[in-house]
Amino acid sequence: MDLSSLDPIALIVSLVIAATPLVLAATGELLVEKSGVLNLGVEGMMVMGAIAGFIAAVETGTPFLGFLFAAIAGALLACVFGVLTQVFLSNQVATGLALTLFGLGLSALLGQSYTGMRPPQTERADIPVLSDLPVIGPVVFSYDWIVYFSLFLVLAVWFFLNKTRGGLVLRAVGESHDAAHALGYKVILIRLGAIAFGGACAGLGGAYLSLVRVPQWSEGMTAGIGWIALAIVVFASWKPGRVILGAWLFGGVTILQLNMQALNVPIRAEYLSMTPYLMTIIVLVIMSSDRRRAALNAPASLGRVFHASS
Amino acid sequence: MTILKTLATAALALGLATGMASAESHGEPTKVGFIYVGPVGDYGWSYQHDQGRIAVEEHFGDKVETTFIESVPEGDSERAIRQLAQSGHDIIFTTSFGYMTPTNRVAAQFPDVKFEHATGYQRNTPNVSTYSGRFYEGRTVQGIIAGHMTETNTIGYIASFPIPEVIRGINASYLAAKSVNPDVEFKIIWVSTWFDPGKEADAANALIEQGADVILQHTDSTAPLTIAEERGIYGFGQASDMLEFGPNSRLSSIIDDWAPYYISRVQAVMDGTWESQDTWHGIDEGMTSIGSFNPVIPAAVRKQAMDAAIQIAAGNLHPFTGPINKQDGTPWLAEGETADDGTLLGMNFYVEGIEGSIPN
Repeated sequence: MDLSSLDPIALIVSLVIAATPLVLAATGELLVEKSGVLNLGVEGMMVMGAIAGFIAAVETGTPFLGFLFAAIAGALLACVFGVLTQVFLSNQVATGLALTLFGLGLSALLGQSYTGMRPPQTERADIPVLSDLPVIGPVVFSYDWIVYFSLFLVLAVWFFLNKTRGGLVLRAVGESHDAAHALGYKVILIRLGAIAFGGACAGLGGAYLSLVRVPQWSEGMTAGIGWIALAIVVFASWKPGRVILGAWLFGGVTILQLNMQALNVPIRAEYLSMTPYLMTIIVLVIMSSDRRRAALNAPASLGRVFHASS
Repeated sequence: MTILKTLATAALALGLATGMASAESHGEPTKVGFIYVGPVGDYGWSYQHDQGRIAVEEHFGDKVETTFIESVPEGDSERAIRQLAQSGHDIIFTTSFGYMTPTNRVAAQFPDVKFEHATGYQRNTPNVSTYSGRFYEGRTVQGIIAGHMTETNTIGYIASFPIPEVIRGINASYLAAKSVNPDVEFKIIWVSTWFDPGKEADAANALIEQGADVILQHTDSTAPLTIAEERGIYGFGQASDMLEFGPNSRLSSIIDDWAPYYISRVQAVMDGTWESQDTWHGIDEGMTSIGSFNPVIPAAVRKQAMDAAIQIAAGNLHPFTGPINKQDGTPWLAEGETADDGTLLGMNFYVEGIEGSIPN
């Protein structure tokens, strides 16, 4: 074993890159769940974002347009879910699962002629002086703009939820849609907006996967990270800041696990792989052990069907 | 999860129902089913099996009807296999190691249906055959090329699951690389998945950080080769050629060619001559074939690699020829002795010189 060849800077950089799709998707889903809607279609929206972003980036040669189209595609797919669950009052769990299956299938169809292509490279920040600083340069100032955008997004969502009137209304809708409705708020419209935002975020996360982390398109390339994003929302107990913590923990453990193996460190990879899931379970147990704390965090109307007449 | 299952089953039933409807209009075609572990568009393992299925359709035309189910998790495959058996399929190919027990379990309940399980060794009932390629022969060729091409003397290996087939590949490529470059070192990462582009890419990056400048993979996606292309190092196509994913980085490839086998087995079903058997074909029979060589490989190395392939095909060279010790130093093969198929099929140890331990 030779730990000296483990470069902590490279480790942190790959951790942040591995975690960014999770940060994006989980932040979007957090806002959706805060409005009282449980959309299990994150995986499907991510993979749609991955292919839409890839197609747009390849066709235009501009990664920015790739990300833009990814967000639009994610939001559009989310709107299908929104209309089905909010207007036609279908079951959210079943519709979300169907959305994942649909997204996986549709993306495979759209992506058939895009396998084996290379997307244009997403620009990395190259800030004079700052990016050249030792340690801090690579760790803080070396990423592509999407990484900074994802952190800004978390901050923005936190600010919106906690410091603005709109955020207060959205949370009210998530806590008690009947009360919010009685006060005259448009429950369905607010939820549709949140669902579209969540889809856009998931789409961005998917595009980050196909344009930056693995610059290629392959069918089903999200391989389950949408489900991890859902777990992170619970892990974060619906608090935006903790989403970053959760995503870095999941991403970090994966990266650490792979590097430990390359270094031949005698730690069983299985233990490291299950750490994030164990922590999610522990967080869930702690949260549910105290009724008041659980009530403070999970939106009370989460997953419940709203009909104005009831 | 029950909802997911119900949905999937419903979708499956729907697909099969339409399949059966069109079968009637063609008289009595032989129905051939395939179960894939990844998406057909992985451009690796499952893609190659699907190429075999397409070859069956082209060869037999109206006389066959094929169905496939893709991305079937190994842990939940029995349901999918049974669906195919119940819907009148005459022969079913299950194409991942983890389908072994489910395949045999379903086969016991459907004695009239023929089952063909890829890469496994269990044939519990007379209606089960097993088949696989001797991919380790291709690994020997890769090892020779990799051993010559590495400048850091560090070769990275992305492994999937600790099953004999994967361990055999690691050992074969290590022995070959070591034989041409005594200073060579292998760094192995087990990713515990057959298909996860994100994780495979992360593993490739981790190996490159640790000094690897040639990467071998035993996973199904093209992500490691894409990363190799991006980082300016070398890799190999796995299961299919993958040339377009690494025009500069891809040194060569192991291509699995299932088409002739699939055609012959479907023919056997039609003729009523199908019998349970075990097939393990290599470079000689063409089930394992070697993709074109990258021009950056020096001519002498290309010749050495090509010679090895020819000698293996002719039976003059066995990838596992003694003296070889196991990792712990205990002797395995004496001078000149070659490994028997039984040991190879159950291989669960590293050869001497490889560091690290096999996860269990």
